[in-house]
Amino acid sequence: MSLVYAGVLSHAPGITGRAHLVKDTAKRDELYAHFEQQRCEIEATGPDALVVIAAEHFANFFMNNMPAFCIGMAETYEGPIEDPAWLRIERRRIPGAPDLSRRLVREVMQTVDTAYAEEWKFDHGIMVPLHFLTPEYDLPVIPVNINCQGPPLAPLHRAWAFGEALRRACDSVPERIALVGTGGISHWPATPDSGKINEAWDRDFLDRLMRLDRDALLSYTDEETYRDAGQGGFEIRTYIAAAAAAGGPGELQYYTPDLPIFAVACTVARFDIA
Amino acid sequence: MSLYQLQKFLYVLNRDEQAQRQYKADPDGLLSGYQLTDEEAGALKNGDIGLLYVLGVNGQILMHYAAFLGIEWFDYLDLMREGIRRHGPVRAGVYAMTGGGASFAVEETER
Repeated sequence: MSLVYAGVLSHAPGITGRAHLVKDTAKRDELYAHFEQQRCEIEATGPDALVVIAAEHFANFFMNNMPAFCIGMAETYEGPIEDPAWLRIERRRIPGAPDLSRRLVREVMQTVDTAYAEEWKFDHGIMVPLHFLTPEYDLPVIPVNINCQGPPLAPLHRAWAFGEALRRACDSVPERIALVGTGGISHWPATPDSGKINEAWDRDFLDRLMRLDRDALLSYTDEETYRDAGQGGFEIRTYIAAAAAAGGPGELQYYTPDLPIFAVACTVARFDIA
Repeated sequence: MSLYQLQKFLYVLNRDEQAQRQYKADPDGLLSGYQLTDEEAGALKNGDIGLLYVLGVNGQILMHYAAFLGIEWFDYLDLMREGIRRHGPVRAGVYAMTGGGASFAVEETER
């Protein structure tokens, strides 16, 4: 078994970009402490690479040629694609793991027709997690994308199948792999409703996720998600894929709807590898 | 309308430093490569965040574009609300306004 860690965390750009505007700095620092705890847990597993299942935001993949799923195979990546002063994360190169990526892609393709890419500019969706989880940028990263931006989107059961395929691929290689899914739950980001949060919906979704209740997780329609959780809610695909990769129940380590300036209820959780 | 072309322009601008330089030096030249209505081209030339939002531009690429223009976060939110007031509801896409236009963050209301 070479999947050594699986978890999820939030990636909203405000977490770094608007950190200086936050009034409840104790709550913000509490969130940061949970990211740091997640970093320590990942480090303790001694990973050779970090797979980040993300939902990018039209930074690399556009409607001219949109893959449902994509896995990075580059030697290095660059990010953030946004104005570094806006995101408050310095632009840099991030090491990849091209040989490992190729072996993972080959195995994933046994069951899921994933796209792959040797060019990838990370946006906040990956840079914010890396800022907290690999602050020295010394752990090779393999980016994975699920299209959550431009409908038609992959059905949730395919996000689950993609997660299972990633797990099988991780288990087929000798390297020790940590995996995180990163997305939002209910949120209306980049609209005038930025900061709107449906806490009841979030808690119900996270309950289904932590119980690894496959049927309940896959029962949402996109219409329901859009109505109750906003266009940002489509990003639950990343959490669902991470849960499917883990195969075990999760522990919700942190959830707070009390930092709406970050445009989402920030979340940290870890799954059992089963 | 040509929302695809409009968003393609912003997608390219957001990730291509050469396009960013041309946008500042020769916007008409850059815009001429896209099939846009006069309203769309004008919104891009003027950096009209409110109109672009109403036209249905994906909020994520619009947010990056606003950052590129140096627009502060709360001003960005206000510009979208002003767009709704001036031009009516969002005409296309999934980035519609679903609240009443009020702020959800104390940091904004108390600034």
